[in-house]
Amino acid sequence: MSAPRPILLRNGRLICPASGLDKKGDLLLAKGRVEAIGGKIAPPNNAKVIDCAGKVVAPGFIDLHVHLREPGQEYKETIATGTASAAAGGFTAVCCMPNTEPVNDSAAVTEQILERAAKDGSARVYPVGAITPGLGGQALTQMAELQQAGCVGVTDDGHPVSDSRLLRRAMEYASGFDLPVVCHSEELALSAGGAMHEGPTSTRLGLPGIPAQAEVIAVERDLALAGLTGARVHICHISCAGSVEALKRAKEAGWAVSGETAPHYLALCDQDVGEYDTHRKMNPPLRSAADREAVRRGLADGVIDAVATDHAPHSVLEKELEFGLAAFGVTGLETALGILLELVDEGLITLPQMIERLTASPARILSLPGGSLAKGGPADVCVFDPAAPWVVEPGKMRSMSKNTPFAGRELPGRAVVTICGGKMTHQAKE
Amino acid sequence: MSLSRRNLLGLDGMSAGEITTILDTAENLKEISYRPIRKVPTLRGKTIVHFFYEASTRTRTSFELAAKRLSADTVSLSASTSSLTKGETLIDTAKNLLAMSPDCIVIRHSQSGAPHLLAKHIPISIINAGDGAHEHPTQGLLDMLTIRQAKGRLDGLKVSIIGDITHSRVARSDLIGLNTMGSEVTFYGPRTLIPPAVESLGAKVAGSMEEAVADADVIIMLRVQQERLTDVLFPTLREYAQRFGLGMKEMKAAKKDVVVMHPGPINRGVEMSPEVADGPWSVILDQVANGVAVRMALLYLLIGPEAA
Repeated sequence: MSAPRPILLRNGRLICPASGLDKKGDLLLAKGRVEAIGGKIAPPNNAKVIDCAGKVVAPGFIDLHVHLREPGQEYKETIATGTASAAAGGFTAVCCMPNTEPVNDSAAVTEQILERAAKDGSARVYPVGAITPGLGGQALTQMAELQQAGCVGVTDDGHPVSDSRLLRRAMEYASGFDLPVVCHSEELALSAGGAMHEGPTSTRLGLPGIPAQAEVIAVERDLALAGLTGARVHICHISCAGSVEALKRAKEAGWAVSGETAPHYLALCDQDVGEYDTHRKMNPPLRSAADREAVRRGLADGVIDAVATDHAPHSVLEKELEFGLAAFGVTGLETALGILLELVDEGLITLPQMIERLTASPARILSLPGGSLAKGGPADVCVFDPAAPWVVEPGKMRSMSKNTPFAGRELPGRAVVTICGGKMTHQAKE
Repeated sequence: MSLSRRNLLGLDGMSAGEITTILDTAENLKEISYRPIRKVPTLRGKTIVHFFYEASTRTRTSFELAAKRLSADTVSLSASTSSLTKGETLIDTAKNLLAMSPDCIVIRHSQSGAPHLLAKHIPISIINAGDGAHEHPTQGLLDMLTIRQAKGRLDGLKVSIIGDITHSRVARSDLIGLNTMGSEVTFYGPRTLIPPAVESLGAKVAGSMEEAVADADVIIMLRVQQERLTDVLFPTLREYAQRFGLGMKEMKAAKKDVVVMHPGPINRGVEMSPEVADGPWSVILDQVANGVAVRMALLYLLIGPEAA
């Protein structure tokens, strides 16, 4: 394969939170690396020059939490379509959860995912391996081998480890290899049977509720075990006030902990389930308006380190059903930037803060390359227009699944060019 | 009289005017059930599908009789006879039914919101005959008709609903309908069976059985579902009967002109003692009779000659 042509991104607003850079200038990418940054750069002979005036030039976004569904559920998403969706949203790297079929609990599955990603992918793919074989919650996977094969962390995601003793062992063992443990924190005995957040809307709709405490109790436990073991622990998709407070305390205690939230928890709340809209059904569920406010504050204050989409594609087979029977999960890769730009427009966070939550911060949490525009670093870049309104149309999405909670919503801006490893992976149609 | 709607999915969003229209129509149609020949040709040539995904005896019988007294043709499907057991989705089953051009689907389903899903995909009248723990609008209407007959009005009344509120679609429809008509609804039951934030729906919650009974013009007792025992929502039927059951002791503290209702079937000796169920205050059998009238009214208004 021939090396891609150098790309000169001219005259954009360069924002690199990792180095504190926020200045107009040029960016030159060559041989898959950042060749030069800042000021006026003369284009090399064969360079492709892209005018970025009025646009923001940021490090490519990194999503800590996606479901690519391959292997096993290719009718929902594949590595090819999932990473194409990522590229369309400005992402250059995604961390894929292990709940595939078979579960990513062995080096063989990890290698299969990485091979497929190298062949078909439009973004870097970092698998997160399972904590327990088959997500069964009974024993430990061979984490060292998983790590060697390319896993950047371990998690049982939607099937959280209930046995605190086993989770303690997992954290202790993983910490010996500096392998982060990623926690979907849910007390299953308390959430069992629930379909949405427990509150006035669940009562009105007659749907069994999931109290916020089902999340808070588990977040508190997972963080306590982080304190006990010293392991690097990352809390997934924080949706409620109690979890933000717990994470804040754990950080103040000096533990090696971090947390993410997802765009839908920043933009929607339980009332938005409306009349049984299954595209607003996910786990954890959309919480109260007060919880949403606390999560927004947590993101602005930096208690919540990162935004991850929890991109969870499902086909109509799982979604055009009675609400109680529909699958949990929504897509998110192509709408995340737009939703976050709303928060910038509202003045909740600044553009550099927004970019930090999508780049430097996730890179740090799972020790991933990229996340900055540093000279010599990977040529992973997102060029976006913060003021180019568009309306979300599920039919036009690159993801194979159309279960977005934001259909019909006007978002303030979008990615116009995405470059991964010096190769253009997305270019918006004008 | 007519209604400007195609479906009856719930009493949520229904105006006082619409409710009054339905109840008045039911009063007019009621006498048909007492004629020597209990049938009129109003819905001749109309086809109604009764689609019961969940066991039901009285609601289904009531709908069947209502349709037959208006001369509609009816087909019944239950979960065990439908393709549901063969893995077909609700929407597919309904689209197949639609291909046989019925005029109305009456659906009972264990999942809240199932009638709403159907209404989104099927362009004919859908009547909710009870969905999960959400609504049971025809029960709410027949309860209101019964109360209006007993009390002469539906505004300014105090109605207490006692028992398993959490899992009761009847409680929700009664609450919404009675609030719309200007009455006050108080819930009482074991705290495990009072849903969270229920005050936000406009209900009051009583602190004791005495409080729930004292000022009530109407007391509606709900059925204790035996399967709740395995879910550990209360300790024993014995303690339930003692603390949350309606017996003669409670009736002595009630208003003299109180009426007592129950959507049935009654667990005698659990939520209600036999003396109470059969006492002069009981309008439980009126509820059953009114059920047929209300369902006739709805069919008439939704798919009859003057339907929108």
